[in-house]
Amino acid sequence: MGNKFSCLFAGSINLATAIGIDNMSKLTLNVLTKSIWVFHAACSPCNNCDIEILDALTPRYDLERFGIVLAGSIRHADALLVTGVPNKKTAPRIKLLYEQMPKPGVVIAVGTCSCGGNIFRHSYNFVKPLDEIIPVNAYIPGCPPKPEAIIMGVVKLVKALRRGNK
Amino acid sequence: MNYIYNYLVFPGFLFAGFCGMLASFIDRKITARLQWRKGPPLFQPFYDFIKLLGKETVLPSGVSKSIFLISPLVGLSAMTLVSTILWLGLLYSKGFAGDLLVLIYLMTIPSISVIIAGFSSKNPIASIGASREMKLILGYELPFIFSILVVIIKANSIKLSDIINYQILNGPVLNSISGVLAFIIAIFCIQAKMGIVPFDISEAEQEIIAGPFIEYSGPPLGIFKLTRWMMLFVVPSFIVATFFPAKTFSGNIFRYLILLVIVTLIRNTNPRIRIDQAIRFFWVHCTVLSFIAVILALFGK
Repeated sequence: MGNKFSCLFAGSINLATAIGIDNMSKLTLNVLTKSIWVFHAACSPCNNCDIEILDALTPRYDLERFGIVLAGSIRHADALLVTGVPNKKTAPRIKLLYEQMPKPGVVIAVGTCSCGGNIFRHSYNFVKPLDEIIPVNAYIPGCPPKPEAIIMGVVKLVKALRRGNK
Repeated sequence: MNYIYNYLVFPGFLFAGFCGMLASFIDRKITARLQWRKGPPLFQPFYDFIKLLGKETVLPSGVSKSIFLISPLVGLSAMTLVSTILWLGLLYSKGFAGDLLVLIYLMTIPSISVIIAGFSSKNPIASIGASREMKLILGYELPFIFSILVVIIKANSIKLSDIINYQILNGPVLNSISGVLAFIIAIFCIQAKMGIVPFDISEAEQEIIAGPFIEYSGPPLGIFKLTRWMMLFVVPSFIVATFFPAKTFSGNIFRYLILLVIVTLIRNTNPRIRIDQAIRFFWVHCTVLSFIAVILALFGK
């Protein structure tokens, strides 16, 4: 089910306003979409999505072609890649991480868990879905999504960002 | 007026920044090809830099704002000055007595700015990175100065343009046994100076995330990155000037590119070492070897 290259979007909300780029120059936006530094926040996942994200960064898929690099510190990041279900432990921390990220920055939910809770949504420690804690710009469903699906999601997000600024 | 032009445009800021970005691209591309990848596009460092200029600067709570924000500029201005003095000497034989020593001292200032940045950002990981950088400076400075001492003994001058003219007339320092020894030591030392892989202990991504830069974001981080890229251009070209300079601009650039490829190959074929291993490597092996090189140079070998 998750193997389809599907990538849903946050409907008709104004993406540019959501991430704070509405009064940004076109040059800055263009270079922003050409050099995305990714911070990978594992929000209590089962690690399958993390393995797929790492696969997407390996030489086989070579995301450095598009300027995508894994950043170690959230302060260097332009994109927050969240995997897993936010629970009572990780929900405050993911909120803190989002607040620490220098804007403009995007949030990408990878995997069905972070998109909506998956099978854990009735669990005792489930708080609320990720997009009710922090604003999410792109959803990449799949359990886990393939590296191709992750790349597809990032490409769609980049295209939407560029379109939103015109 | 001319000096301002030199500092800001030609052998100074714009020139070194541009060449540094290209050098960073070449470094990343060679790395990618060695890992059987395609690698980033040509203007990737430019994109990175302009993007960082457009981002928000997050100030951690409780830091000294002025020190936190000024320390990147300290390193950048020192590196620009090194580039100006060095390339004026290489291209036009301009300079003053003792400019070689000035260059050696100025080249440690970017490391010192990294240390100040690390300690001022009030983060335990940044402090670890800064203290490692400090130990690393203590490690590599002595063998580096010894290996430059070989050149000074050979050319019998501490003026950069005299050293270059001597080598153009009498053949490069690299043609002698002591020269080769000193050159090898100097390559290890610049590897540590530029903070690239076997000696990137202070900003080891996998263990202490980004070391001293962990709290930096936006334009200050961009300035730190720019300083690193300029170092990737300026420090190897200092080695070119002291060990095997050419008469023409293109010759110097060609020799610099050879050195850059050597540095990148060392970076890609070696794992990171621990700080105690690095100190032992520099103080025991490199210092002894460079001391032998100095003695050989005194005997004219």
